[in-house]
Amino acid sequence: MPDNGLVKLEGGFEPNIVAIFCNWCTYLAADLAGTARMKYAPNARVVRVMCSGRIDPQFVLDAFANGADGVLIGGCHPGDCHYQEGNYKTLRRVQVLKRLLKQMGIEEERFRLEWISASEGDRLRVVMNDMVEKLKKLGPLNYKAPAETEAAEPEKAMAGVAGR
Amino acid sequence: MHDQNGSVRIGVYICHCGSNIGSVVDCKAVSEYIATLPGVVVSRDYKYMCSEPGQEMLEKDIAEHNLNRIVVASCSPHLHEHTFRAATAKGGLNQYFMAMVNIREHDSWVHTDKRAATRKAQDLVRAAVARVAKQKPLDKARVDIDPKVLIVGGGIAGIHAALTLANAGKKVYLVERAPTIGGHMAKFDKTFPTLDCAACILTPKMSAVRAHPNITLWTMAEVTSLSGYVGNYDVQVTRHTRYIDEDLCAGCLECIAACVYKQAKVDDEFNEGLGKRKPIYLPFPQAIPQVPVIDRETCIEFKSGKCKKTCLEACGERHAINFKLEDKVENVRVGTVIVATGFQTVDAKRLPYYGYGVYPNVFTSLEVERLVNASGPTAGEVYLRDGKTHPKSVGIIHCVGSRDEKTNKWCSRVCCMYSLKLAHLLKEHTGAEIFNFYIDMRTPGKGFEEFYQRLLNEGVHCIRGRVAEVTDWALNPSEEGKLVLRVEDTLLGVVRRIPVDMVVLSVGLEPHKDAQEVRRLFNITCSTEGFFLERHPKLAPVNTFTDGIFLAGCCQGPKDIPDTVAQAGAAAAEAMALIDAGYVEQEPNTAYVIEEDCSGCKTCVPLCPYSAIAFREDKRKAEVNPVLCKGCGTCVAACPSGSLQQHLFEDDEIFAEIEGVLVHA
Repeated sequence: MPDNGLVKLEGGFEPNIVAIFCNWCTYLAADLAGTARMKYAPNARVVRVMCSGRIDPQFVLDAFANGADGVLIGGCHPGDCHYQEGNYKTLRRVQVLKRLLKQMGIEEERFRLEWISASEGDRLRVVMNDMVEKLKKLGPLNYKAPAETEAAEPEKAMAGVAGR
Repeated sequence: MHDQNGSVRIGVYICHCGSNIGSVVDCKAVSEYIATLPGVVVSRDYKYMCSEPGQEMLEKDIAEHNLNRIVVASCSPHLHEHTFRAATAKGGLNQYFMAMVNIREHDSWVHTDKRAATRKAQDLVRAAVARVAKQKPLDKARVDIDPKVLIVGGGIAGIHAALTLANAGKKVYLVERAPTIGGHMAKFDKTFPTLDCAACILTPKMSAVRAHPNITLWTMAEVTSLSGYVGNYDVQVTRHTRYIDEDLCAGCLECIAACVYKQAKVDDEFNEGLGKRKPIYLPFPQAIPQVPVIDRETCIEFKSGKCKKTCLEACGERHAINFKLEDKVENVRVGTVIVATGFQTVDAKRLPYYGYGVYPNVFTSLEVERLVNASGPTAGEVYLRDGKTHPKSVGIIHCVGSRDEKTNKWCSRVCCMYSLKLAHLLKEHTGAEIFNFYIDMRTPGKGFEEFYQRLLNEGVHCIRGRVAEVTDWALNPSEEGKLVLRVEDTLLGVVRRIPVDMVVLSVGLEPHKDAQEVRRLFNITCSTEGFFLERHPKLAPVNTFTDGIFLAGCCQGPKDIPDTVAQAGAAAAEAMALIDAGYVEQEPNTAYVIEEDCSGCKTCVPLCPYSAIAFREDKRKAEVNPVLCKGCGTCVAACPSGSLQQHLFEDDEIFAEIEGVLVHA
């Protein structure tokens, strides 16, 4: 890769985490953690959606296919959804997805669903740190799709599974 | 880089936010890296993007460099998304051609490793660059605002907001759970620091509420459901019956005198149990409405069905009393809602070391408010619990259930001042020696510090120290029969034992027990301690995260009467701003169906909690009603054929963002 100014991180393995947070609870919890200047591990990159119910299981598969070592989904507590019940739909999808990921050989610690309300900045900090710690122990995701040897792009390797 | 929108020319702006971002994230390194990405035409870092020059720079660049996409990396979109959308629009682009990246709350403020924080910013901005290229122009939909307002809670906040709106010609529904409006303020004797009589300033406003043609007052009523959206909320209010028809009752109160209970025997809630009432009663003489209420729990007719019903006789021809009256359900439509549900005081029994409920002469501050009140149970005579002895010495303990890890961590803001007020009133009424025990004396407010000085000059003792316990264990004859406060006087540096006749616990303010249910009902958020959360602590202090729902008073956090009234006025003004605009623009993040891909499987239809998706039998396709759709995207994630999409959160936008944050994307 040419030196285009992208900062390279030194030291040991730093897991890449894609965090998909709902706009009303967990994204705000992350805002609150910021306002309160809480400190946590810098590994997660937050993608905002309006509701965790918007999270298509393909988003999670896409993240793993493109180099995520972990995916964190954050939504409102059951009963607290800004859209009444989107988080229940999330929960159902996550249950199925967890089994699917397991069958694919992706360790269960790599995929996490957390209910974090807008007031729980500290909970966000704890979850972030905990997930990073667990992923560091686990090491990088060495996902080898059967087709990966032929296909240079991991995305294509996942294509059969993700069905995009 | 090309896509369906033609050639993409992106301008990227990395904000330093003074040193808020710049001291942790190397903004220059971020902008230099981003400049190397395809499609990026301009990449700058700047001290304050939200400032006028920052916005102008963005607008100028759009024209000069023919930009058609904008990325701003600064604070949370919850703070400044509208600012940069507006700047983008001012520059001549559709405002939805802008993507915002949060590198302050989610990055510089939460990380200490500068390299890692800079890298995180680079990853996040790269993702936004990928995302913004896919974004489409969108228009905001307009919805009409129903001019009626629902106000929940009839304390001073609700009363003031109701009158403000009603005086401006808006129709208001004021819903109060208790049999009367007035809230906590009605119980107070005097208000600090001016010592004007609470009833004298409150009760005229209460009467005005009753008399105002624009206010519909429902007491003993609760909101039982709320649906709809800003401008068009459908509200269901359950009006519990008082067994006396408000329309027929003349307020003569003869039924109360005629009750078969000759003596009032039931604990009077309004007087904190210090006085007694009958099963049929008016909470207090100036109650609004002036209609008595029958308490089912204690009324003999309800208990046995064998009462002589002398109240009915007394009512006579009016026939206002009717034991068969039932709860009524009202359905109304309003455009905006003001939640002003107030607070409860901390239960003093949670602090057993202060002996409330164990030693009779330990009182709560609210009890003392009633004792010193001329219309209270003792007509303003301050007696000990025996009902005949005046205290000769009183200890007032501040911060009971406030600033305390064991109960509530927050400062309740009003206790120092009301404790000083009670000290003054108790001294005035009894001539007793008064001791105030405080942690810090907090008197920030107009005339507050002066009031404190006045009290010191009146000879009230103020001892700095948190009282460890209240005990009746006398160590010497002077303590016999007294309550002894054990406290470290932190200014003297000694532990003292101070014997008094009466102890007053200045209980703190906390959210109502059922605040969580109220929060769910109105789809609003709570902060950590359980008070309702404002949209922004400084810039949107009466707004909530749900459009058209506003907050006023102590349900948002402890505050005194002047602040409550100011906030209620602000909430009323916010509601009025919406009403007078006549319409509100809605985020266009609704779902839509790509008809040629829709297989008509109906998976999406039952998923929508708002019934926004209809199945068109004629076309055999699903159809989203954009007015009903609130934009959660749950249906979009469920569509097996990918034929449902969500504006602003399209699949390819989210995929671009996910792949964008990952390195080898």
